[in-house]
Amino acid sequence: MIDPLLPFEYEFFIKGLVVSVLLGGICGLAGVYIILRGLSYVGHGLSHAAFGGAIVGNIVGINYYIGAIIWSYLASFVIYEISKKNTIKPDAAIGLVTTAIFAFGVLLVSMTNKYTRNFESLLFGNILAITEQDLYIIVSVTMISAVFFFLLHKRLVFSFFDNESAKISGIKTSHIELLFSFVLATIIIVSMSSVGVTLLASVIVGPAISARMLSNNFSNVVFLSIIIGSIASFSGMYASFFLDSSSGPTIVMFITLGFGITALYALFKKIYHSHSHGGISHSHPHLHTDEHRHEHKHS
Amino acid sequence: MGSFEYLRITGLSYGFSYHDFVLEGVNLSIPRGRFVSLVGPSGSGKTTLLKLLCGIYEPWNGDIEYISNDCDSIFYYPSVGYVPQIETIDWNFPVSVQEVIAMGSWNYKSYLPWIDKKLKNQIKDVLKILGLSGYEKRHIRALSGGEQQRVFLGRALIKNPDILILDEPTTGLDYVSREKIFDILKNLNNNGMTVILSTHDITHIANRSPWVICFNKYVIAEGPPQDVLKEDNLLKTYGLSDYKIK
Repeated sequence: MIDPLLPFEYEFFIKGLVVSVLLGGICGLAGVYIILRGLSYVGHGLSHAAFGGAIVGNIVGINYYIGAIIWSYLASFVIYEISKKNTIKPDAAIGLVTTAIFAFGVLLVSMTNKYTRNFESLLFGNILAITEQDLYIIVSVTMISAVFFFLLHKRLVFSFFDNESAKISGIKTSHIELLFSFVLATIIIVSMSSVGVTLLASVIVGPAISARMLSNNFSNVVFLSIIIGSIASFSGMYASFFLDSSSGPTIVMFITLGFGITALYALFKKIYHSHSHGGISHSHPHLHTDEHRHEHKHS
Repeated sequence: MGSFEYLRITGLSYGFSYHDFVLEGVNLSIPRGRFVSLVGPSGSGKTTLLKLLCGIYEPWNGDIEYISNDCDSIFYYPSVGYVPQIETIDWNFPVSVQEVIAMGSWNYKSYLPWIDKKLKNQIKDVLKILGLSGYEKRHIRALSGGEQQRVFLGRALIKNPDILILDEPTTGLDYVSREKIFDILKNLNNNGMTVILSTHDITHIANRSPWVICFNKYVIAEGPPQDVLKEDNLLKTYGLSDYKIK
């Protein structure tokens, strides 16, 4: 018989679980702002840039985090500068810049053949290999990022919704957006070692688009996205113990499952819509796209 | 710090690429309390001029000066409310009517992410003026075109600006919605607010405005509509020759 509490007897698992829930929550939170800014591809792109930075950092003999931060901040800044005039869309700039920076890192590796750290864990994630130092960094970044989104929520929303009017209103939209890019890059860097470069996009975008399908209210979308991200990460982590699977891909599978469930729920809600009129509350299947009318026969 | 007296534009030029001026030597003076309709064809530079007035763009040449009644306040800048063209808005963005209107006050003041009670009451008052009482919680997509336009007007009004600038506020609206918008603007203007709007609608809005500016890269003519909306001015502005004022 399987003991459901068995994983909690292992310290490495508890540490991994804490990290995955924290990252699921903070990626869920950041993801809402990312999809509303039209930057869905940024998680994928910046994680590649950070990966390139981590490799370069390793080659020149500096800390992995420092290399990744320098590279991804540089990528964020270049993307911001290219796309701020609106001539080139951010997603196109992300595609070009982050791939170039990633390629530069790979090029250096191929030329120097210096390959001391296990970079495979960065590509696919290894939450169970999280060190004490990683844990402290992840907790700190999660807290600082949460405070950032809490304090700058209004300015971010206004800037993303109607940038020009926000500027007229006195908001320094360019500063806000650049700061947002740096916070985002930092979240991506700390998530990389747990979830992996190749899987990170799903953790960032998945919970946010699931939550967006459930509500039209910004605060509710943020709340739901954090909850979905945290629950999916918890479930993925927990399931991976029993399935003996890699934690990163299992978390991604649960996020995808969450998306599937919310998509079905949203469709069901649209078809089978509960409403009341003429003093009668009822529900029945119909496509609720426009205003509709129907009569009730009273016997 | 004084209050807004008039706006003076001298020799204003602007463009998006060299050798291609969108505005060429614009000279204009708009006193406090005037209701101005800026008319001109697409591409005539109306939106660019309005954005320059709001400070989104920096002039290439010339000056835009907001003069206050206090001569000592050199760095005077009035409170400006801006209503953009609503075609540029993402209607799927998850914000309610209340949140959109609240944005008008989301600048330097509060860092807390919620809308406080005082602001909620102010929003209620603004919605009442706009004829949208009870719409606070509605999602912006669930409104008609005229209602959406009024919500954006509400956002500009929440901080009670000295000058209200509207970019094509009646485009795409039916007759009744246009009338509603115009009536609200007239009321605000009667209470002392300076209103500057751009419009294509020379037969309806511009004709009813007390002051019209025919504009195509520069000011072609300005004055009351009966003096300005004449064949020669419209020919210069639009290239029309068969327009007759009703």
